[in-house]
Amino acid sequence: MSNTHSRRNFLKLSLLAGGGLLIGVGGLSNCSMPTSTDDLDFQRFNAYIEMSPNGIVKIYSPNPEIGQGIKTAMPMIVAEELDVPWEKVQVAQAPLSNDFNRQVAGGSQSIRQNFPALRTAGATVKLMLLTAAAKNWDVEVETLEASQGVISSKSGKKIKYEELIHDAVKLPVPENAPLKKVEEFTLIGTAVNNVDIDPIITGKPLFGVDYKEKGMKYAAVARPPFGASLKSVDDTEAKGVKGVEQVIQFNHKVAVIASSTWAAFKGKSKLKIEWDNLQDDENTDLFDQKMHETLRKGNLEEKITHGNFAEAKTKADKVIEKTYEAPFLPHNTMEPMNFFADVTPQKIRLIGPTQVPKASANVVAKLLDRNVEDITVEMTRMGGGFGRRLSTDYAEDAAMVSHLAKAPIKLMYTREDDMAVGQYRPKVKYKITAAVKNNELIGYQLQEVIVNNKGMNKGIAKFFPFGTVDHYSATSSNIPADVTTLWWRAPITNFLGFATESFMDELAITLQKDPIALRMELLEKAKGQKVPYSPERMQKTIQLVKEKSNWGNAPSGVYQGFACYYSHNSYVAEVCDLEMIDGKPVAKRFYAGVDCGIVINTSGAKSQIEGAILDGIGHAMYGNLELKDGIAQSKNFDQYKLIRMMDTPTIETYFVDSNEAPTGLGEPGMPPAGAAYANAYVKATGKRMLQQPFFG
Amino acid sequence: MKFDLTINKKNYTVDVEDGTPLLWVLRDELELVGTKFGCGIGECGACTVHIDGKAERSCQQMVELVEGKEITTIEGLSENGEYPVQEAWKTIDVPQCGYCQSGQIMTASAFLNKNHQPSKEEIRMAMHGNLCRCASYNRIEKAVGLASSQMQESKQVKV
Repeated sequence: MSNTHSRRNFLKLSLLAGGGLLIGVGGLSNCSMPTSTDDLDFQRFNAYIEMSPNGIVKIYSPNPEIGQGIKTAMPMIVAEELDVPWEKVQVAQAPLSNDFNRQVAGGSQSIRQNFPALRTAGATVKLMLLTAAAKNWDVEVETLEASQGVISSKSGKKIKYEELIHDAVKLPVPENAPLKKVEEFTLIGTAVNNVDIDPIITGKPLFGVDYKEKGMKYAAVARPPFGASLKSVDDTEAKGVKGVEQVIQFNHKVAVIASSTWAAFKGKSKLKIEWDNLQDDENTDLFDQKMHETLRKGNLEEKITHGNFAEAKTKADKVIEKTYEAPFLPHNTMEPMNFFADVTPQKIRLIGPTQVPKASANVVAKLLDRNVEDITVEMTRMGGGFGRRLSTDYAEDAAMVSHLAKAPIKLMYTREDDMAVGQYRPKVKYKITAAVKNNELIGYQLQEVIVNNKGMNKGIAKFFPFGTVDHYSATSSNIPADVTTLWWRAPITNFLGFATESFMDELAITLQKDPIALRMELLEKAKGQKVPYSPERMQKTIQLVKEKSNWGNAPSGVYQGFACYYSHNSYVAEVCDLEMIDGKPVAKRFYAGVDCGIVINTSGAKSQIEGAILDGIGHAMYGNLELKDGIAQSKNFDQYKLIRMMDTPTIETYFVDSNEAPTGLGEPGMPPAGAAYANAYVKATGKRMLQQPFFG
Repeated sequence: MKFDLTINKKNYTVDVEDGTPLLWVLRDELELVGTKFGCGIGECGACTVHIDGKAERSCQQMVELVEGKEITTIEGLSENGEYPVQEAWKTIDVPQCGYCQSGQIMTASAFLNKNHQPSKEEIRMAMHGNLCRCASYNRIEKAVGLASSQMQESKQVKV
């Protein structure tokens, strides 16, 4: 174990308490970076910015990083307005703090909701530096210019930011610091590498599972099937596993506490547990029956009514009706759930992967009856989120186990824990009915039935094609259940987008119209209507992908499918090129047109679209979690298929040139993907995909 | 029990139960946390390391069976990420969340050491076993292709 000691030190150095991992970006990481930040005499200007006299600018990224790229994009926005060379920037993950707005990774909202605050943070510090220079030179601040870390006077004098730090930091914080014009951006709109790329490709500690400290114990927890309760547990064999130190029961769960992850996992596997109250109605088949029954009876709750759909239906000369069905889906982040908790009488420290640090602190305070002020939360980089880490359940379990075991605890999930006792995308069905008269759409009805809806479907009633048709109705019904459901990447829209856009394709076929022409025509009608999206922006996005995909002129043997969707404040239109290879339909290419306003980081933005499309078609093709008596029937990747390399088309992404305020990209690329695929598939094979997974 | 392991050209003695997977020896005993836990059953590839030059799932390798073998983890692939595959990962800006990427890089590097001029289809087949939940597959594919051509170029320079 001769090398162990030095490695322990390294680990401690790398994951700096309070600031998370500190790293350089751009070329700086290869230069001689000081290993300790204490030597750098960083001066704190605000919650986002610290500057060192040696020229390094440390920018704190406020929101949790789950792979959506905001740990790169948010500091880029600060650096743009501060006007410093990106190579001089070090990025650190900020801990939970009241200094920031909405420290949440969810709803594709990080960039959209923080853009003004991030800009102001940078611009304010730039103004303080300019003011310090003006005082030094005894000139008016308006006569000076700042660019790339250097301030210049009209007379040709120059001074670097770092020479002004100590003067500037003492100045009063100005209000209303001027912001750049969009045309003046030099960093925003460029391609910047993921700020954590060096530690990622060299395997440095970075993620929640990598966090450890001296004296910490590992815990694995056995959880009941949905709706069941703990009857009895025989822990004799578990306690016989070397390294297992305690077995603790809490809230119908059983925790095994051990000196290593493996001992905790092994100990848990040796528990002999009897569960009570297995729920024989928590079954996929039964849910399907209930959902179909609800749709058949049609007594759903009204969400929105415009005109009179029933009347339109009676007047129609053609009625089209289709039902689209989707299963439960686990999030399956590559990094299984885990959390560190150290609960002591004085304070509580929580460290780990969470999309909701503030909510984690609040629920743990409530759970253990403590003051929230005594709780600190640090976010690690996350091995995926997809909504799973919007739930605080595992942070709560870590805190409870630490509290009961009276030790700092690292709670670790096995993959089976993660998949089988997860929090799933709810099972959902949509029945869509269209009334057509004189080859025009006159009525549209959307009927939704969800298992264990948690209010995720707010606002969707006014989504496309609302506002484009005279008689419109949206209704919804919930089937209560014990199975835990949660937001899952592009909540609701991940399947509503599929249903709506598959139906639009059917409608186009019925009306004998080009699918793109039909959307354009309907969007024309939405202009001037009260809809949550801009029809003009959607049309422009469609036009872009139409041109880039060579829509309508595909070579023989290439079948093109189109879908578009506005969701999570961004506009995405996609074309899938499908070819028959050895008699089988294969998605070869995807073209995406995207309007998310100003694009912050073109590399990260394209990554999100690429990932969302593959995620969208992958889950549409294969994703399925079934329940029997409250027990998940897939527990690991040998029983659950995810998209892999051989199934992947290549993706070309094009952004609409825009000066509009930026919106998010973690989710909007996903909703149209399955439909673009299905709409190409029907052209190639004649078979319409109505149920996910397509290939069960 | 004590086991002598050779990892990244260094010798270690670890005291663990027999049957402990190499993955957990690396992560919990030796602080080599670049090798990631994904599924524990050899299906996802996040824990891929090289054993005697071959890409293996470290969650499926019991500690007693890897004694005396040459083990390389992501930390041992190069000093500062300058191995061609790592360089290509940077050029292409592959990672989204990044969690699976050390396993991807270990699979790609073992593959390219055997197949110097792979076709696109061979790359896709070779990387098929490694899951990426963010689906950064397009970029992984590009980066493996780029690394392979760069490795070829540097070889030709040497000749």
